[in-house]
Amino acid sequence: MSASSTAIDPAEVVERVLDRARRAGATACDAVAVEAESSSTSVRLGEVETVKLSRERRLGLRCFAGASSAVASTADFDPAAVDAFAAQVVELARAVAPDPFAGLPDPSLLATEWPDLELYDPTGLELSPEERVARAKACEAAALSADPRLVNSEGADFALGAARVAYASSAGFAGSYRSTSYSLSAAPVAAEDGAMQRDYWYDASRSLDRLADPESIGRTAAARTLRRLGARPVPTQQVPVVFDPQMAASLLSHLAGAVCGGALYRRASFLLDRLGQDIASPLFTVIDDGRLPRGLASRPFDAEGTATRRTVVVERGVLKSYLLDGYAARKLSLTSTGSASRSVGDVPSASPTNFHLAAGEHAPEAIIASVPRGLYVTGLSGFGVNGVTGDYSRGASGIWIENGELTHPVEEVTIAGNLLQMYRDVEMVGNDLVFRSSIVAPTIKLRQMTVAGR
Amino acid sequence: MSNPPDAAPQTFFFDRFGLDARALESTLGAALARRADFADLYFEFRTVQGVALEEGSVKKTTHSVSQGVGVRVLAGEKTGYAYSDEVTVERLQVAAQHARQIASAAATSTSVDLRRAGGAQPHALYPVASEQVVRPLPERIALLERVDREARAFDRRITNVMASLAIEEKVVLIANSAGELVADRQPLLRLQVACIAEDGGVRHSASAGGGGRVAFDFLVDDEERALRFAREAARQAIVAFDAVDTPAGQMTVVLGPGWPGVLLHEAVGHGLEGDFNRKGTSAFAKLMGERVASELCTVIDDGTLPSRRGSLNVDDEGIPTRRNVLIEKGRLTGYLQDRLNARLMGVEPTGNGRRESFMHYPMPRMTNTFMLAGEDDPDDIIRSVDRGLYAVSFGGGQVDITNGKFVFSASEAYLIEGGKIGAPVKDATLIGNGPDVLTRISRVGSDLKLDEGIGVCGKDGQSVPVGVGLPTIRIDGLTVGGTRA
Repeated sequence: MSASSTAIDPAEVVERVLDRARRAGATACDAVAVEAESSSTSVRLGEVETVKLSRERRLGLRCFAGASSAVASTADFDPAAVDAFAAQVVELARAVAPDPFAGLPDPSLLATEWPDLELYDPTGLELSPEERVARAKACEAAALSADPRLVNSEGADFALGAARVAYASSAGFAGSYRSTSYSLSAAPVAAEDGAMQRDYWYDASRSLDRLADPESIGRTAAARTLRRLGARPVPTQQVPVVFDPQMAASLLSHLAGAVCGGALYRRASFLLDRLGQDIASPLFTVIDDGRLPRGLASRPFDAEGTATRRTVVVERGVLKSYLLDGYAARKLSLTSTGSASRSVGDVPSASPTNFHLAAGEHAPEAIIASVPRGLYVTGLSGFGVNGVTGDYSRGASGIWIENGELTHPVEEVTIAGNLLQMYRDVEMVGNDLVFRSSIVAPTIKLRQMTVAGR
Repeated sequence: MSNPPDAAPQTFFFDRFGLDARALESTLGAALARRADFADLYFEFRTVQGVALEEGSVKKTTHSVSQGVGVRVLAGEKTGYAYSDEVTVERLQVAAQHARQIASAAATSTSVDLRRAGGAQPHALYPVASEQVVRPLPERIALLERVDREARAFDRRITNVMASLAIEEKVVLIANSAGELVADRQPLLRLQVACIAEDGGVRHSASAGGGGRVAFDFLVDDEERALRFAREAARQAIVAFDAVDTPAGQMTVVLGPGWPGVLLHEAVGHGLEGDFNRKGTSAFAKLMGERVASELCTVIDDGTLPSRRGSLNVDDEGIPTRRNVLIEKGRLTGYLQDRLNARLMGVEPTGNGRRESFMHYPMPRMTNTFMLAGEDDPDDIIRSVDRGLYAVSFGGGQVDITNGKFVFSASEAYLIEGGKIGAPVKDATLIGNGPDVLTRISRVGSDLKLDEGIGVCGKDGQSVPVGVGLPTIRIDGLTVGGTRA
């Protein structure tokens, strides 16, 4: 794969469409173009199962007619098509109601220079098809050879991709950046006494040489799967609950949703009107860092050209900042945090970047050892989270803790509580923070939740 | 803005991209240049026009146009797939070369004749012209403004209404190495209404909506569906003010008719998809012919229901959809199949090969999944329960197909006490075991209802529209994830 196989430069397309939109009467406009190529190779039981190659490019345009606006997207980069597209979006903008808060960001917030965030490492893009297959095979083989009870597989998948994003606006911003991504995962299936379990493990990185080796990913996938064999429900009770880093990250993702602009100005967040208040345990510090070097959600500027930054969202339990794009900031009389993101065909809205719970001081083993009787959660399922009230009820699986030790696996139970109370109930924070995805957390222990089972 | 015209889909694609049958045959020939079992091309042109209202007016309109082609080659259990959103003869050749990577040996014959056979005749389940589906923007805006007024008029505590209308028009053309050339045009309309209710600093939200492969008039016919959805979202948000803590633990659960059919989708539907059963990774693998539900249960997946959100004239591999009986009187009778898994399992495809777009290869997927009506009076079913939960509205669900554990989240539910419906309870997740839960069904009502048309099913990162349906049922023992232990 080569990342520059197309003759059309996204930055040029963006300039052209903005020029045509202004000529068609747009009072302001911005445009984003994305060009991406990716490949994924999966193997199952030692044989290639799928090879997928993709190539895509999209152009998104937002036009203002005074305070009215419209957004449209197309995959047709042909110059004549781009010209017609621009004129049509201006027409659409004239048809909707004005919104006094609509507009481009304050020019003083626009990014003017940015460091190299090390998001682009093309060396791995040159891997041959055979080498891609070999990595997936090695990963799956390491998983399946770990134990005779690993009898089947959902396969292992090696994916890589390169993208180029260009953004420009009539506010005077123009910028572009490249990124790459590499990931490898395995999902083995274990069987014992007629019951099956599966789990998975993965790693993801901006550069191939920082990706965990296939064997370690496979072995971790095997261990995670094996420890689920023999799982059973426990009786309904209220106990301390320890979340492993992946599940702690899922709790953090609900916080991310509740501090983003859209949920706030729509009054649909359980953290509305709580800036400056204690919303979590003093052990709880949450940071959103849009410029984390090599971060999987890093970007030099946001989807409106605003400079990205490191924002302390929660500091020792106190809610310090929301995450805002320009529109939400104006609606709330606050300042943008450079958090605008947009799919090419949609209006920008605030979303988290590298959103993480700061590491604490405890080894995860010490956290488990502190629990006389409780649940160590390693899996969560379903959608039982109410972002307006914070009410929380999800399916859970994990391992039962008795006298500080992991005993038998647990499944077919739910855990329930209210997120505000849950964040306040954080009693211990682990030292095991790893940036493996955009929202990450270390192991955490909550004082008490309701576990429902038999 | 470049909507698909009403011309025949085949003519539309050939004109738009400067293609002809010979170019398609030559691409399929290139795809088959190594030893493969099958190759197909999936051309797609899709527009989505959206309008969204909040704070009383429509301030947002979007219009997206996407187009592209996916080339697939199957060899044994292997799939090679390549796609491009640039559709030219050259890109088609490149994609075919990429897709055939998975096959090794040289082929014996690579000729494909698309004029030879037509493939099976598609259904005509949604014969609506483009101008009946896409109405002028002012008309769409006016509808959302009426929805806003209706929801706010329901109760003074409704403080914000978010309504959105998405109209999708998709045109597809599928050509394959068996010489079949099949086209379809697939309209899809969806109205979503969400209400925020606020009283004394306490806030609640709820949403409702519906649609299908229908004309715009579906929303504004005699029944004025759009306004009914508005009142429904408002009603659910207001009911939540009275909600008490949900009990935790195992209890008798009565599910209301319609959307609670998401139970079937999660508990059994995914587990009966052909890919998981061929690979032996589903909790339902090797259970064909076995008792997996009470004999009151017959479960159907039917892609042929006129105008339904989950229906298709042909699936995304060009095969006409069917009515497939998955469970008959409690016994497992059918899996859902696409071409690949059907061939490998030695059975017929069932018209369930679906994909999100040209960027994805097809997989076995559900269409409209429901349980046939029984004979019980729904009120009698509630009266039969001394203490339990009556759940009538749900958010989403999820299943682990390997261990069979599924969850689904009730967004409107009530306590049942002494055979009577009591206080509403807070949102709670219900959890159970797929191969086991339907064996616990002791009553099936006469009131089968299909959902309103908002379902989206996700699998392996691909989303497709689906439908579900259910009569009122009683389940003897399901774990309810409340807070009150």
